Amino acid sequence: MQERLPPLLISVLCIGIAVLYVPIVVLIAYSFNASALVSVWGGFSTSWYAQLLHNDQILDAAWLSLKIGVVVSTGSVILGTLAAISLVRFGLFRGRLLLTGMVNAPLVMPEIITGITQLLLFVSMLHLFGWPHRGFTTIVIAHIAFCTAYATITVQSRLRSADRSLEEAAMDLGAGPVRAFVDTTLPGIAPALASSWLLSFTLSLDDLVISSFVSGPGASTLPMVIFSRVKLGVSPDVNALASLIICLVGACVLLAGYLMRRADLQRLADAQMAGQNT
Amino acid sequence: MVSGSVTPAEAESRESPGRNWLKRHGRRLIILPPMLFLLVFFLIPFGFALKISLADTAVRVPPFTDILSITQDWHIHAALNLGNFKYLFTDEVYGLSYFYSIKTAFFSTLICLALGYPMAYAIARTSKSTQSVLLLIIILPFWTSFLLRVYALEGIIRETGLLNSALLWLGIIDHPLQIMRTSLAVYLGIIYSYLPFMVLPLFATLEKLDRSLLEAAADLGSPPWRTFVDVTLPLSMPGVIAGSMLVFIPAIGEFVIPTLLGGPNNLMIGRVLWDEFFGNRDWPVASAVAIVFLVLLVGPIALYQHYSTKQMES
Repeated sequence: MQERLPPLLISVLCIGIAVLYVPIVVLIAYSFNASALVSVWGGFSTSWYAQLLHNDQILDAAWLSLKIGVVVSTGSVILGTLAAISLVRFGLFRGRLLLTGMVNAPLVMPEIITGITQLLLFVSMLHLFGWPHRGFTTIVIAHIAFCTAYATITVQSRLRSADRSLEEAAMDLGAGPVRAFVDTTLPGIAPALASSWLLSFTLSLDDLVISSFVSGPGASTLPMVIFSRVKLGVSPDVNALASLIICLVGACVLLAGYLMRRADLQRLADAQMAGQNT
Repeated sequence: MVSGSVTPAEAESRESPGRNWLKRHGRRLIILPPMLFLLVFFLIPFGFALKISLADTAVRVPPFTDILSITQDWHIHAALNLGNFKYLFTDEVYGLSYFYSIKTAFFSTLICLALGYPMAYAIARTSKSTQSVLLLIIILPFWTSFLLRVYALEGIIRETGLLNSALLWLGIIDHPLQIMRTSLAVYLGIIYSYLPFMVLPLFATLEKLDRSLLEAAADLGSPPWRTFVDVTLPLSMPGVIAGSMLVFIPAIGEFVIPTLLGGPNNLMIGRVLWDEFFGNRDWPVASAVAIVFLVLLVGPIALYQHYSTKQMES
């Protein structure tokens, strides 16, 4: 597959990558700007980061977003794993097409439509049953709905390539299907579970549009607070906050990628070992 | 994972009624939770949107009338109101914003394709280890905060931003360019935000391309550009369509980019929806806007599903 690439291709690739990264690098650089004027470099300073620690509005929103993120990613991994098992292992069952559609649709559905329809549901439910009140609960439910889609796809692809022979061996030896799955296949797909947890967490932490629709008074997530401030223009303390979030989320994504990759290498090594032993 | 020989007692306990029940209904226990959750919280809400789009605005909580109500003498009273949909056709703001959204999304998708195709092609031609690094570089921004990346772009294209400063310093321009609050800013925002969505599916098809076909074409005397047009391009069509739809569909409904980077003239449908909802608090009209939007999207979404499943199967 390796060959010399035409210089034109390489330059387009470099330009593309530069387009993706220059704004982020500039943003992080300016978060260390001592000057309050965002366009003038006034020397290195971490004062904007220190100021964040005294901003109660931002701290409250960050805490709320983290709580939502943890609940959402745990819920999405559970539902996503169940959906992936259903789609990969159960062959044709009634409602398979429906489940496939509902798992894939959130990936392409514009957030603004999902947000509006879910809000209308929650409002009608509150009207009929007196539950749920808009805020933490509704944001968690709405986020789980779209994060489950991402979790299902991640777990599904891993489950599809998982070796079933161990599980079958365990069942031949008398383990029940659940026990056999938990003891043999689950450790194999654990990296996929971990990475879909991390990815759901970053998606939830990041969501502005759906949260804005389904949230109620008093429940402002971090992106909502940032959005209301960013609409007013660029400001140095938002730069600091944005840098922190980008680094946190970037770390989550790198960790997720690392887990998946290590699991792949491990599997490859195991397969080679098995090959040598026979 | 320790399982020795199975004693008769153990075998018997496995056939207990509880186990039998689990055997029969176990699958349902696994299928039902995600199915019900997505049904109630993802699919059924569309029904509510449709219902409310047929209602009338009312000054109460929630701010719309009931379509079905039971009168005092136990008759069911149905009041369907198509006025909201009619209203969409009479007030030209809606038509214009649908048109502007589709136009913007269409041209942004073309530019993403023009930039993303060579990128994906170049990545697919590198060695496996370089590939995984490059892919990570492309994926990383796709997962990091969307809102914050749009904000970061504002820092570049603002009047006193990096781009203008650099161009002024180089002497290419004498006055800072006005990019913010124009259509150009919206285009730049969409291309910048959605480029990874284009590169990834393109890479997936280009990587699988059978190289022997290209060699065969070259052996038979086809010049490289001919080989590209006759072999590579047609074979990568599933990736082209999947990537284009992944950019086009969310770009039409984009809210953050036109709001933060665009000006008052860059009315995209996402913004109109948002204003109708939070500004005018006209929920029935907002629902009607959403339903019409959804109908427009059915074609592209079906196209995407078709090609992405095709790609997955191969």
